[in-house]
Amino acid sequence: MTRFMWPLVIFLVLAGFLFVGLGLDPREVPSPLIGKPAPTFTLPLLRSPGKNFSSQDMKGQVWMLNVWASWCGACKDEHPILMDLARQNVVPLYGLDYKEKRAEDGLAVLNRSGDPYTQVLFDADGKVGFDYGVYGVPETYIIDKQGVIRDKLIGPVTPQNLQERLLPLIAELKKQ
Amino acid sequence: MRHFLLLLMLLPALAYGGEAKDLADDPVMERRMISLAEKVRCLVCQSETVASSRSDWSNDVRQIMREKMQAGATDQEIMDILVERFGKSVLFDPPVDRETIPLWIAPFVMLLLGVAALFYQVRKRRQTVPETELSEEAQKRAAALLNDQE
Repeated sequence: MTRFMWPLVIFLVLAGFLFVGLGLDPREVPSPLIGKPAPTFTLPLLRSPGKNFSSQDMKGQVWMLNVWASWCGACKDEHPILMDLARQNVVPLYGLDYKEKRAEDGLAVLNRSGDPYTQVLFDADGKVGFDYGVYGVPETYIIDKQGVIRDKLIGPVTPQNLQERLLPLIAELKKQ
Repeated sequence: MRHFLLLLMLLPALAYGGEAKDLADDPVMERRMISLAEKVRCLVCQSETVASSRSDWSNDVRQIMREKMQAGATDQEIMDILVERFGKSVLFDPPVDRETIPLWIAPFVMLLLGVAALFYQVRKRRQTVPETELSEEAQKRAAALLNDQE
C-alpha cells in the first residue's frame, strides 16, 4: 500500500511548493536597504528650483517617500489613493520625481490631477533613485524617526496595501 | 558559382547582433564594463543581463558603471555598490553564503535522496525475487541456444 502512497506524497509536496510559488511576485526583489539608514541626499524642489531639500531635515519624523514620474503609467493608478492619504494628514508624504526630463512635465501632472505631496524633490538624473535601489517606478519607502528605511513597496500603493501594510507600520513607528 | 555560394554562406556572420551598444570614448574601459555587466541581472527584465538589455534601467546601470570606472573603482567595488542597493539577486552568479547555501546544495541533496531511494528499491526487489538456480540440463540448453546465435 505504501508503494502507492509515495507518488501521492511527492505530488502533494510538489503541489504545495507550486501553490506557494503562485502567490510570489518574481518582480518583487527583496530590498537589502530595509533596516538600513536611508541614503542621505540633497535635491532641489520641483516647485521652487532655487530651494533645496535635505533628507537630514526629516530626522525625528516618520515620513513616506514616494518615487514617481510623469512617464510612469502605474503612478496614475496610485495617484487618487495618495490624494486620499494626503487628505487624512497622517504622515508627511514626499514625492521623488524620478528621471523626469523636464520639470514642467512633472509639474503638469500635479497641476492637472492634484498634488498629494508635502514637497516634491526633483531627481532629474535618477542618481538619488539609484541610491535608493529604485528599478521600477512607482516605489514607496517608509522611513522612521532615526532615518532608517523600515519598508519598501514596489509597485503602486493600493487601498489594500495602504490599510494593511503601510498605515499600521506608520502608526507603530510614530509611537516609538 | 561555387565562390558565390561560399560568400552567401558567410553572410549570416555579418548579421551577428552583439550586445546593446553605447557610445563610449574608451574602448578598453567599455570592454571591461561590458564584461562586468554580463554578471549583473537586469531587474526589469529578469532573465537578461545588464550587458544585453536595452531597458532604461540597464542603460542607467551601465552608465553608472562607466562613471565609477572613470573614478577608479575596481570591479569588486562596483559589484558591492550594486548589491548594497539591489540585493544579491542582481548577481547572476550568487555567492555561496549562509543565505544561499540551501540553493547550492539542494540539487546534490535531491540526487543523494534519489540514489538512496533507488538503492533501497533494488535491494528490496532482490530480496523478494530469489535468484533461480538452473539445473545442469537447462544450463546446457541455454549455452547451446546462445552459441547457436553466434
